[in-house]
Amino acid sequence: MAAEPAKVDPMYQFTIEPLFGSANWEIAGFNIAFTNSAMWMLITTVVLGIFVWGGMKRELVPGRWQMAVETFTGFVENMLEANIGKAGRKYVPYVFSLFMFILFANILGLLPLGIVGLHPFTFTSHFTITGVLAAISFSIVLIVGFWKHGFHFFSLFVPHGTPLPMIPAIFLIELVSFAVRPFSLALRLFVAMMAGHVLLEVLSSFVIDGTNAGAHFGLLVGLPSFLLMIGICALEILVAGIQAYVFALLTSLYINDAENLH
Amino acid sequence: MPQIAQLAETFSSQIFWLLVFFGIVFFVIGRGMVPKVMGTVAQRDSQIGSDLAAAEAARAQADEEEEAWRKRENENRAAAQALIAKAKAEAAASNEKKLSAAQKRLDKKLADAEAAVAAARTSAMAEIEGVAAEATQDIVQRLAGVSVTAASAKKAVKEAMSNG
Repeated sequence: MAAEPAKVDPMYQFTIEPLFGSANWEIAGFNIAFTNSAMWMLITTVVLGIFVWGGMKRELVPGRWQMAVETFTGFVENMLEANIGKAGRKYVPYVFSLFMFILFANILGLLPLGIVGLHPFTFTSHFTITGVLAAISFSIVLIVGFWKHGFHFFSLFVPHGTPLPMIPAIFLIELVSFAVRPFSLALRLFVAMMAGHVLLEVLSSFVIDGTNAGAHFGLLVGLPSFLLMIGICALEILVAGIQAYVFALLTSLYINDAENLH
Repeated sequence: MPQIAQLAETFSSQIFWLLVFFGIVFFVIGRGMVPKVMGTVAQRDSQIGSDLAAAEAARAQADEEEEAWRKRENENRAAAQALIAKAKAEAAASNEKKLSAAQKRLDKKLADAEAAVAAARTSAMAEIEGVAAEATQDIVQRLAGVSVTAASAKKAVKEAMSNG
């Protein structure tokens, strides 16, 4: 049975493959193949759409579903109002979309659909994706900042009460910390999602290889690894929520800087 | 790491489809559905607020009505008390009047009776005198054979009677 060693490549799950023979679709010379990544974006969009649509019954006394959707909108609204104030309400559509899109992507990517032969793909574990989302958030910050305050927006880089000789140095430091924001935003989500999935895959390879190597290894390595995997799975569900929340929270904090300066 | 290894061949499709689907999420869900959901929440909040205000107003009105009722009740009670007191006083007065009238009647009856008794006595006295005088006349006639006049007999009787 265990003659040939099972091969588990922890990185294989992040491979992007074109689906439905769309590998050569192009727009203006750029490849736009409909990949498994795009497929899961579609699934995320559809599931999210169904979820929110189910909350639109507009009943005075909400049912469970409507209550769930209203909890999420209320959560995002409260977060924006707490961080930005009354002016934060107009960002609810964007931050809600961002938060829910990332949250649903993370959780759908965690579903154990491999059991039925499907291979979930967590597109938030690709920095191309998180990078674009971070860039959109950062663009909003820049656009709102310059739109509302013009060049006065640069005063963001000089905190109140900075001694005059310190201003150039502080300005540089603040500018760098500001410029780093989109990267930290993008990398945090990408790294968190990828690390969790790699860890699960590595542990599962321990279970498979250990069991294949015989009962002793199975008990000594496979079983503890399996128990650990169960714990890590729970942790990953937590991380899926937390990372979506962190992305939305940091976006709202950055928008607060643009909206209210200091 | 496929994220880096495949970067050159996949970045355009990744960005394209992300913009497509995130755009759908933002414009259809974020801008289309979420405001409606939030509108429902706001509508419910305002409904609850107005219901609470209405309940508060109804309670205040109930308090007011109770206060008015209590006032009216007290007034009625006071009026009833006054009515009872008046009726009592009237009853007492009319009793007194009746009693005094009865007393008067009794007094008069008593006086009449006393007068009648006195009259009867005097007439009886007079009769006794008359009878005594006649008897005296008779006695004197039989004993002494002297006829006395009725007047002197009477006089003698009177003297004897008054002397006792």
